[in-house]
Amino acid sequence: MPKLTIDGKEIDVEAGTNLIEAARRLGIEVPHYCYHPGLSIAGQCRLCMVDIEKAPRPTIACNTQAVDGMVVHTQTDRVKETRRSMMEFHLINHPLDCPVCDQAGECWLQIYYMKHGLYEPRMTDEKVHKPKAVPLGPHVMLDAERCILCSRCVRFCDEITGTGELGIFNRADYSEIGLFPGHDLQNNYSGNVVDICPVGALTDRDFRFQVRVWYLDTTKSICPGCARGCNVDVHVNRKRPHHAGGRRVARLKPRFNAAVNAWWICDVGRYGFGDVDDETRMTRPQRRVEGQAVDTDWGEALGAVADALRRYSPEEIAILASPKQSNEDLFALKRLCEHRGIRQLAFRAPTPPAAAGDDFLLRADRHPNTRGAELLGLEGDVAGILSAAGAGRIKLLWVFEHDLLASGWPIAETTAALDRVETLVWSGANANATTARAHRVLPLAAWVERDGTFTNFLGRVQRFRAAVEPLGEALAGWDVVGRVMTALGAPAIGTRAEHWFRELSKSVAAFAGLTYQAIGDGGAMIAGAAPTTAPAPPGRRADAKVTA
Amino acid sequence: MAERVLMRNFDRASSHTLAVYREHGGYAGWDKARQMEPAALVEEVKQSNLRGLGGAGFPTGAKWSFIPKSHTGPVYLVVNADEGEPGTFKDRYLLEKDPHALIEGMLIAARAIRCALGFVYIRGEYVEPWRRFSAAVKEAYDAGLLGQGFDIVVHRGAGAYICGEETGLISSLEGKKGWPKVKPPFPAIKGAFAQPTIVNNVETLCCIPPIVTRGAAWFAGLGTKTQGGTRMYSVSGRVKRPAVYETSVSITLRQLIELAGGVSHSGRLKAVVPGGGSAPILTADEIDVVMDVDGLKSAGSMIGSAGVIVLDESASIPEALLVLARFYAHESCGQCTPCRESTGWIYKMVHRIVDGHGRKDDLDTIVDVARRGAGTTICAFYDGAVGPYISYIQKFRGEFEGLCRS
Repeated sequence: MPKLTIDGKEIDVEAGTNLIEAARRLGIEVPHYCYHPGLSIAGQCRLCMVDIEKAPRPTIACNTQAVDGMVVHTQTDRVKETRRSMMEFHLINHPLDCPVCDQAGECWLQIYYMKHGLYEPRMTDEKVHKPKAVPLGPHVMLDAERCILCSRCVRFCDEITGTGELGIFNRADYSEIGLFPGHDLQNNYSGNVVDICPVGALTDRDFRFQVRVWYLDTTKSICPGCARGCNVDVHVNRKRPHHAGGRRVARLKPRFNAAVNAWWICDVGRYGFGDVDDETRMTRPQRRVEGQAVDTDWGEALGAVADALRRYSPEEIAILASPKQSNEDLFALKRLCEHRGIRQLAFRAPTPPAAAGDDFLLRADRHPNTRGAELLGLEGDVAGILSAAGAGRIKLLWVFEHDLLASGWPIAETTAALDRVETLVWSGANANATTARAHRVLPLAAWVERDGTFTNFLGRVQRFRAAVEPLGEALAGWDVVGRVMTALGAPAIGTRAEHWFRELSKSVAAFAGLTYQAIGDGGAMIAGAAPTTAPAPPGRRADAKVTA
Repeated sequence: MAERVLMRNFDRASSHTLAVYREHGGYAGWDKARQMEPAALVEEVKQSNLRGLGGAGFPTGAKWSFIPKSHTGPVYLVVNADEGEPGTFKDRYLLEKDPHALIEGMLIAARAIRCALGFVYIRGEYVEPWRRFSAAVKEAYDAGLLGQGFDIVVHRGAGAYICGEETGLISSLEGKKGWPKVKPPFPAIKGAFAQPTIVNNVETLCCIPPIVTRGAAWFAGLGTKTQGGTRMYSVSGRVKRPAVYETSVSITLRQLIELAGGVSHSGRLKAVVPGGGSAPILTADEIDVVMDVDGLKSAGSMIGSAGVIVLDESASIPEALLVLARFYAHESCGQCTPCRESTGWIYKMVHRIVDGHGRKDDLDTIVDVARRGAGTTICAFYDGAVGPYISYIQKFRGEFEGLCRS
């Protein structure tokens, strides 16, 4: 454990820690562009210069490992002057088109110019011109003039995905990022190059020109796109609702979690939030009158569902929950079934939709909470429920989220089964073919509209948080079920997701001892599960590079 | 002129063949070296005061001793034959006229550093040198000199100046873009293909056989106190007999110009670039300098690759700088920011000045920009460019100002 001194403060760090990370631990920011903790050291931007006592000149911090007794200064006049010079070099050929650049507001050229530049520009000659608005693939747009050639994107494609689509072509100040001939930037993780691009060179084609970043609010959340549960930040646009065509969720960004996804998320998850604001959202309770869906209010709707639950015997009632639902939602259903003695409770789609995982983060199971449903003991006989319905033995079927008509089940058989159900209740956020057959529709809040927890496939319980208000009158799943239970005279559990989780952790052994506070921003393992780390990227690992 | 050591065979007919090389004592050094312990060879080279003749002037024996003793995997010897420094044309003669001297030098060096595989990276434009050297390698294989514990791979570059920088060369050799590597690690610790690697210049290795046959003391005695031997000076520009001259490193620049027949054209000396394009320029008053590593260093310039470019009174210094500035703006690899951005910027400013659209404050800007980037880059390329930028303007400011409009 080398002990070194940075700006007069002592710190012990692990052997091999570089000076940027050592300084970061002390809360000292060493400005940098090319360095990224998830990638190999490039040493190209030359911005992270620090003074090391006994060294003749400032040295790059990224490629300098902490040594016992080292004395480092990050704020000497010489270092400040070097940073100012480096900022000038980075900017002389930059187009300075911030007013039309999507990166403005989160651009490290802007941030560092204000912190470390503030020189009088002297460049009066013609700047170098390079290609602009070049689509590199389905998600990423390149502006080569804005690029500072830090090579993070190139290293990402070499070292993380191992797909190697990008290179730096040409030499000198006419160098530019580009695709190797015959390649598109089309891998499962291409959106990450936009995140790690410190400037406006690589922008997100989905987010481009939608809303300025300073109008965005950030909420810590969990990607619901698969069983991994990558940690994300949800960026929502509340302040300029007239921008971006009413789209509230502007984008998802990966949120670092060493135990789950490190710095990355896949494109399936990143671009999978479109249904939050689309036309399939159900926003009002509905009932079917003479074949037509008619809006109703929650009081009438909940009363009717409670009535049905009372009217039928438990053997005539079945509930098909969903692995898209939170632990709290599923626990509420478990409680409802216990209260009414319902034993026909299941959660899996009859046939899981075919999806492929990959060799990194993306899981074939595209549901965020399959493990949670298993741990709550919701593993029921779906086929049995459907065949019982077909045989006319199910009078009340309450389906959450599923589209039974697109689940791989024979359509005719399923349609016939649903037709025999006297009361088909469907609850979910986005309508599907099954919704249209339901006698009752109870609209649920989308994942970004509510609080809750998912349990990932390795047993990590993670919190997601409401980033926007529910659309219309949609409610969280636990809230709908809780209200039904109140109508049935069951004791109240609570009015917040956390209340339900508290009850859940008391009654389900795997969750014992967990609280929202303990789960925090990084998640917590269920009882008995081993701690996890993010999987090794399939690309050429930084530490396995043939050359430094 | 001192005894010719490196060019001893140049005047012989078919000097590039194994037969002629052997006839005049070739491979005697190798015969002797193979009886010596590697450590003894390293020590012999240390004692000879041989310093790298590619540009940096690093003591060769010391460099060889940096290979980690504990290393058990392969060690590589890489020969830098990517001679690209403006004004330098010595290695091409060695490759063409005495290729076996390099092979013999490589055999001895390989034994000293316990290396079984050597790479020779030859500048792409050097077609004839490549042909001659490749033929010599084949002869050496046929004669059993190679392939008996040491092999040579000949690799041709594709025309980038930066591939003459030792780690840029290694990147290129590995099949990558010819970008210099961030140091540490240094090549002797982790070089080509991540193995310990010694990179030596052609001329440097050609000095090794005579050192082994005739002894370190003899070689050291040929030079100055801190640098042994002779070296090959490429003398070009405004001299009456431009050519490669081999002489002791103790010669002065004045003597060297006389050796090349004196100043041509106007006959009046204006300036000299003493060590290839990257060496800071010397004025006519500064030519009593000793042409070894330390002599040039104390004169504020550098011996570099010993490419001596002579400029007479009729030559334009701003135009000379324009040629170099264009070269650096074209050849910067673009990897790290100060070099990538300032070489282009400075070229634009110099170009504007030579075109008659300059301002006097451009001169201050050039010097300031050059200074700010100096010492901040991954490799020595930019420091090599800074030398001319600053020295040409400082020493000949009046000539530049005469071209400026304001």
